[in-house]
Amino acid sequence: MTTAATNTEAQPHAGRKQRSERPSTLALLVNNRLAAAGLVILGVIVATALAAPILPLADPNATNPAGRLAPLFSEGHILGTDALGRDTLSRLIWGARVSLAVGFSASVIAAVVGSAIGLVAGYAGGRTDQVMMRLIDMLMAFPYILLALAIVAILGPGLINALYAIAIVNVPFFARNIRGITIGLARREFVDAARLSGKGPLRILGSDILPNVLPTIVITLSTTVGWMILETAGLSFLGLGAQPPQADLGSMLGEGRKVLFTAPTISLVPGLMIFLIVMSINLIGDGIRDVLDPRLRSGALARPSFRTAILPDRARPASMIDQAATLDVKNLETQFRMGSEVYRAAGGVDLRIARGECLGLVGESGSGKSVTAMSLMGLVPSPPGVIAGGLIGFKGEDLAEAPDKRIRELRGGAVSHVFQDPLATLHPLFPVGDQLVEAIRAHQRIGRSEAETKAEDLLALVRIPNPAARMKALPHELSGGLRQRVSIAMALANDPELIIADEPTTALDVTVQAQVLRLMDDLRRERDAAVLFITHDFGVVSEICERVAVMYAGRIVETGRTDEILKEPTHPYTRMLIDCVPVMGEPERRLDAVPGRPPPVNRLPPGCAFADRCPRAQADCRSGDIPLEAKRGSLEARCLHPLQPGESLT
Amino acid sequence: MSALMEIRDLTRTFGGGRTIFGTTKPSLQAVRGLSLDLKKGETLGVVGESGCGKSTLARMLVGLDKPSTGTIRLDGEDLTTAGTRALARRVQYVFQDPVSSLNPRQTIRTILEAPMRHLLGLRSEEREKRLQALVEDVNLRPEFLERYPHEFSGGQAQRIGIARALAAEPDIIVLDEPVSALDVSVQAQVLNLLDRLKTERQLTYVFISHDLSVVESVSTRVAVMYFGSVVEEAPGRAMFRAPLHPYTQLLIGSAPIPGRKRGKTADDIAELPDPYNPPPGCPFAPRCPKVEADCRESTPPLEAKDRGPEHKAACFHPLATAERAGSTPPS
Repeated sequence: MTTAATNTEAQPHAGRKQRSERPSTLALLVNNRLAAAGLVILGVIVATALAAPILPLADPNATNPAGRLAPLFSEGHILGTDALGRDTLSRLIWGARVSLAVGFSASVIAAVVGSAIGLVAGYAGGRTDQVMMRLIDMLMAFPYILLALAIVAILGPGLINALYAIAIVNVPFFARNIRGITIGLARREFVDAARLSGKGPLRILGSDILPNVLPTIVITLSTTVGWMILETAGLSFLGLGAQPPQADLGSMLGEGRKVLFTAPTISLVPGLMIFLIVMSINLIGDGIRDVLDPRLRSGALARPSFRTAILPDRARPASMIDQAATLDVKNLETQFRMGSEVYRAAGGVDLRIARGECLGLVGESGSGKSVTAMSLMGLVPSPPGVIAGGLIGFKGEDLAEAPDKRIRELRGGAVSHVFQDPLATLHPLFPVGDQLVEAIRAHQRIGRSEAETKAEDLLALVRIPNPAARMKALPHELSGGLRQRVSIAMALANDPELIIADEPTTALDVTVQAQVLRLMDDLRRERDAAVLFITHDFGVVSEICERVAVMYAGRIVETGRTDEILKEPTHPYTRMLIDCVPVMGEPERRLDAVPGRPPPVNRLPPGCAFADRCPRAQADCRSGDIPLEAKRGSLEARCLHPLQPGESLT
Repeated sequence: MSALMEIRDLTRTFGGGRTIFGTTKPSLQAVRGLSLDLKKGETLGVVGESGCGKSTLARMLVGLDKPSTGTIRLDGEDLTTAGTRALARRVQYVFQDPVSSLNPRQTIRTILEAPMRHLLGLRSEEREKRLQALVEDVNLRPEFLERYPHEFSGGQAQRIGIARALAAEPDIIVLDEPVSALDVSVQAQVLNLLDRLKTERQLTYVFISHDLSVVESVSTRVAVMYFGSVVEEAPGRAMFRAPLHPYTQLLIGSAPIPGRKRGKTADDIAELPDPYNPPPGCPFAPRCPKVEADCRESTPPLEAKDRGPEHKAACFHPLATAERAGSTPPS
């Protein structure tokens, strides 16, 4: 849940600072050593090729039969001469100039034409798309070199014709790539919004879709330029590109072939040059792709860690873990460390859940409730997540101290999870029955058929009609409510003692939500399991939870029995959170929005984090640590000026 | 009050037609013969669960989608033939997900200027003047205009979405789940803002949501949708106090309320009817506690029952006032 934790950085004022901390695209590219090396090599080659007219080079086309086939490092000809006595160095530089120019222009032409086709086909859809894409398919059906040969045969040999041929051959590549992305973008809401702003299709393509496709075009371009230069050389090698006496890397290679055995260096030198150019361009292309591709940027390439990193020198509270409680978390601190920034997503959380009890963890997005829940089983991704302090007591055992083997044993066994979106947590390609069987057999040493019977019983337990038939259903074949039941069945598979449910009913419709809540409530009572129930909805809380903990900016600000908190909370934040939501049956009630926004968790103010938004804040609220203290009844709150019974906020 | 918008027998079918080999493709009716009136100055709440066709209806109202059959008339003028642009001048839309409805590569200024430029044809100095007023109207700071969407929180982004809808100076705004993607603490900001703008600019709202408590608090009239058609339509307060249709009562009884714990009820597992193969008769019949033989034979029409002409329901056996909502849901 890094998204929730870093939500706060979307704030404009914090965002400004964030952006300067995030390195620029160019800086990232240079940081990639291979890409930087490619950039240097290509830079040198391009600069030399551009400077060819002003460099003190021999005429590349001046023949000198007397000095033919001079070896490397001979006087006056550092790279020797070819079969006609022409200076190889000069021809190499002039040839590279031609090859680069042709390769780049062919790529640009292919990119422009191909992208235009892809954009139009992808946006128009329907018949236009069908016709355009079938034409592109036909183009792709030919082997590319054959197609290029055919085009040159029709147009006649020559560099410019070779350029066209290569551009045409590469159009499908761009067209297909761009079409795919355009189709995805054309269904996005901002395109609908542009239509409602009165923009015509062409304007939408130009001003709304193209800017979003541009990074992909650049990525595709950077990875194809090298290939195009190679193709140009190929055509010239076959004598269809550059015509003598014009120098070009491919034609030099072709000429060198004739004397390959007597003077191998003549073909070796242009070959090496082609290798250097293509290699450096590909390195840069890969670098650009890594930098621009949002998926790679967000760290998709990073190896997922088995468990959240735990600081060895973390702060441990002196108090002992309560042996009787199923879960006893003390002063848990989970941080996200990005560069020099430390986001204190959970900044000292205490939670205690007794056997058979259900605790509701309530808070806004970004308050750290999910991070807290994920920290228990070490599910926060590392890096950047790190557990920086506290005890995670599970039946008297500190899970932060437990070895990986023990955690693996507990996950899905004695401690299980139910997440918000069952479609994302169930594997889309396996029948739900198989997934249940796998979950059972991962923890219990029983045979397959026995596990199958057990899985069927579980499906019946969560009241899925006709469980035997549903065992074979794939997740997408079930409705949202049934899918969430399957997730609950999976969570119950190994008789858990603690169920961590992270917004399990938020994505469901009200009628289904009511069913699922009832089911969870019954099951935990039957099995005497402890439940940590994360939600933002006080209505759901009163349905299922005995106690509530309200979280704000990474800390618990109030906790106590559900009925007491809902009726007369002591913390102003809890009061405001309850008051800002419309309640069924009370349509006339005024809704009071909570002014302002939570502080970013990497820049928490001293004192109470809520002080800036609190109507009751006084000078003493802004300094020192405010402890979670018993107030009235079962309520404990982190507040110096708590609300008295019957007292209103203003 | 006269009807500002008249929707008659609206249907929208997806799929269908034939493949090139002549086999018929399966078709799905998302909206099935829906009729509804929108009166000037009201907030019509449209409630329903996912898959009931409420978003398809919303998209047709603003011209993002074309009805398969039926008509939508705005001031007596048929909209189904008018172009998107003519329609967008009068009817605007606010999207559910505020961040994804803003182009990530355009500044807020570009986004807000587009409707003024393309729909109203305003010159640049005129646009500038209106932009400033608009931004202030939705409680944003003028310097936000030069920023990009990712720099805003959900609540701010939704206010930008509302500002964009207002920029075209429409008469009607269709709000498709405008607060469900927002944090609870900012929902109220947006709801209060919508309320203020409505009075200031004499707007008419179509407010689509699955959240009954939100709909109850904002709507003057409510239409409940089930399986592509309206099953109950009534002034908001009247419907929530005493619904006629058993489905409405099920919805009301299911909504979680802080401080209230529901009594135990019989489990309700029944699924929505298969949209590819709709059953004859009332689509709610398989889940309905009051179902009788005639429910499965023909579809009940939407008509006024014993609660005055404004309160209509599509049910052969409507609930009596005694069977109040909120006490116990059907068992």
